[in-house]
Amino acid sequence: MKKISLAKDPTNIIITGVGGQGNVLASRVLAGMLVNAGFVVTIGETFGMSQRGGSVMSHLRISSSSVLSPQIPQGRADIVIALEPVEALRVLTRYGNPDVAVLANARAVYPMGVITGEYDYPLPEEIEAMLKKLSAKSWMIDATSAAVALGNPVLSNIVMIGALAGASLLPIDRRAFEEEVTKSIPHDKRPINLAAFDAGRKMI
Amino acid sequence: MNKLLSPAGAEVLFMGNEAIARGALEAGVNVVTGYPGTPSSEVIERLSEVAREKNLYVEWSTNEKVALEVAAAASFSGLRAMCVMKQNGVNVASDFLLHLSSSGTRGGIVLVECEDPGALSSVNEGESRYFARMLEVPLLEPANFQEAKDLTRWAFELSEKIRNIVILRSVTRMSHASGNVICGRVPQGRRTARFISDGPAMDPLRGPVVSTPVVVKHGLQQKKLAVAAQLFEKSPFNSYIGPGKPELLIITSSACFLYSREAVEWLGLQKRVGILKLSCTWPLPEKLLKKYLRLTDRVMVVEEVLPFLEENIKVAAMGMLKAVGVKTFYGKMDRTLPSVGELNPEIVSAALGKIMKVRPKAMSSAYVREVEKAATKIPPREQTFCPGCPHRASFWNINTALKLDGREGIVCGDIGCYAMASLWPAIGFHTVRTLHSMGSGTGIASGFAKLAAFGLDKPVMAVCGDSTFYHAVIPALINARHNRADITFIVLDNAGTAMTGFQPHPGIGESAAGDPLPVVDIEAICRGLGAKVAVSDPFDLEATGKILTSFMAEKGALKVLILKQVCALSPEKKGKKQFQMKVNEELCLGDRCGCNRLCTRIFRCPALTWDKKKKKAVIDEVICAGCGVCFSICPQKAIERSEAEP
Repeated sequence: MKKISLAKDPTNIIITGVGGQGNVLASRVLAGMLVNAGFVVTIGETFGMSQRGGSVMSHLRISSSSVLSPQIPQGRADIVIALEPVEALRVLTRYGNPDVAVLANARAVYPMGVITGEYDYPLPEEIEAMLKKLSAKSWMIDATSAAVALGNPVLSNIVMIGALAGASLLPIDRRAFEEEVTKSIPHDKRPINLAAFDAGRKMI
Repeated sequence: MNKLLSPAGAEVLFMGNEAIARGALEAGVNVVTGYPGTPSSEVIERLSEVAREKNLYVEWSTNEKVALEVAAAASFSGLRAMCVMKQNGVNVASDFLLHLSSSGTRGGIVLVECEDPGALSSVNEGESRYFARMLEVPLLEPANFQEAKDLTRWAFELSEKIRNIVILRSVTRMSHASGNVICGRVPQGRRTARFISDGPAMDPLRGPVVSTPVVVKHGLQQKKLAVAAQLFEKSPFNSYIGPGKPELLIITSSACFLYSREAVEWLGLQKRVGILKLSCTWPLPEKLLKKYLRLTDRVMVVEEVLPFLEENIKVAAMGMLKAVGVKTFYGKMDRTLPSVGELNPEIVSAALGKIMKVRPKAMSSAYVREVEKAATKIPPREQTFCPGCPHRASFWNINTALKLDGREGIVCGDIGCYAMASLWPAIGFHTVRTLHSMGSGTGIASGFAKLAAFGLDKPVMAVCGDSTFYHAVIPALINARHNRADITFIVLDNAGTAMTGFQPHPGIGESAAGDPLPVVDIEAICRGLGAKVAVSDPFDLEATGKILTSFMAEKGALKVLILKQVCALSPEKKGKKQFQMKVNEELCLGDRCGCNRLCTRIFRCPALTWDKKKKKAVIDEVICAGCGVCFSICPQKAIERSEAEP
């Protein structure tokens, strides 16, 4: 297989969100695309009890040669994909650096402390301004609305993967997505996932 | 095609647990058993998917001890068997393990235990490596994904060679992490089970399988361990990277190898620091150790949970003091590394940097200032019960009944998602007051109920999930009944081992591989014990409340309430709403209502939110699971429900 080169080796990607948003599937699909392209991928995840309503993160480390720690060290994320806006900020405060690129879904999922009134949730414009300050490039897109328009909010994760392809931050394209979908997503769900990918790609 | 059955030579992205499962397939495993527990469950889940095609017998057993016994029978009959559990499962299985390691085994048998350093999905930071030392059996610890597969495969060969069980230890960051794995060959054909036991008493393959005569068998067991140590000396799974004369030698195992290598590279210490990665960690390969200990007088041991490796290396180094000289050790015991919690590359980098007097590149101070500013704006996100979770309703019922009763009754908790009722943020009131091992809530409740004579006269309740009931509650329940412990025992039956991913249990009429099985009915068991039993739907607050109140008032009986409602995340329920929920803004009095926001402050459903501008409750349609319970809690009847369209 012809190897495409990476802008940075390893490239460290964090996919973050809230339990139930399809974080794990998004990381598997993205990792699958990169393994198909000939890269060595290490993913670190937590699930089980840790996901119940809490913040969820997948760490992906893409290299042309070596297995890495499944945990990205502090301050060393290259790309952050957030299914929830405040989770983008949370990840940046630990893993961000001046060169990081951020792709965030604009739709908030309120933490319990916000629902109960103990904490304030930052305004969308505040979030966008902070994302800009904490990254080299940032995009905020309404992936959930696009997914709802396709019939199921859970498709936001695939919309975000489409947006990632649209942002050209990684050597992935629609063909790579089609190949991975054929391998990992049940037959009847493939067209809707392709539609979600395309919707995301067009949002960048 | 199932990814687990990828052809030999294929390079596949496997989760550590999938790599272990594939390794077992490549070893020609026949029987696989276990009890679900994060981070171990996927090993059996993946193998159950290919059980029919590969002629495997895969079983979710009632608990870890039974699982190991079932696997042992296969080994006694010459088959290859694997038993899988999380760290504290080894405690449950340990009594049998003591006797099994003494009797010896026949067909290759491997105990896979997956630990959870940092307790990411556990209520303990348990450590099981000491069992290998205490019970005198070999211990293997894979340090990457390829090795997770290859070492599992080799573990079966080792077990067959020494005719004893082998423990393979993984951790969350290995089991639940993924990486590239090159597949090997899966053998064709199937072994035949033959149990021969009428041969000479001491014949390991034809005699009776017993741990007696104890002292003789114990001696034999130690000889087996010595053979394992010999094999470890030459094993390719132990390796060294680094200079010929390092200033510091890191000795490490498991995921900590990846952290250590990254720390060395990040600090640019490749020419100054060597790493000895041990994947065979008990018994220690002492000759190998001697070879590398000679290279330098400074040694750092990097490992998670307890200083198992460190202790063993120190003891071994003392025994070879003349040959290797005096060493300075760094590790958990001198607090170079933290003694609790999981490690990661930055913790190891910081410790290594301190020893080697090297500082990692610092982040620009301008960026750090922006991070600090942003951090103050980020609301914390606490764990909570999911939208539509039956447990929220169950604890609402229990809490209300306790408040109405007014005697400050005690609720003892158990292991499952419902353990979150012991945490304040999960729900707006404290309910569960004790939380220990599986089944312990009922045992503790049984004890509290006997303290009236000493002045503790309160209603006592215990809760447990359906899978936990079968696992370890039944003996405690028998104890309560027999010793007249006056408790109200509540089964939170959500139809599956929900927290770990809906594995079936004896209450579900299905095997791991999806074949029909008879159901062992919780209600019938409880009635058989002579308990007073009631069944209710926790979503029906009125009916459930009445039963709880009457149970608490009734003295001198064991009372059992089974609360049946399927988990909101279960495949049969997920994405299907029973009710369409809506807040009637005219009826909701908001801040003016005397309820003090019971709905959003106390009930704490992520889908029932508060509109700050309107000062009214509002349903988040995207998140709402449509359980309809909030309809019953609003004193104004402002939350309306209608049957959802299918």
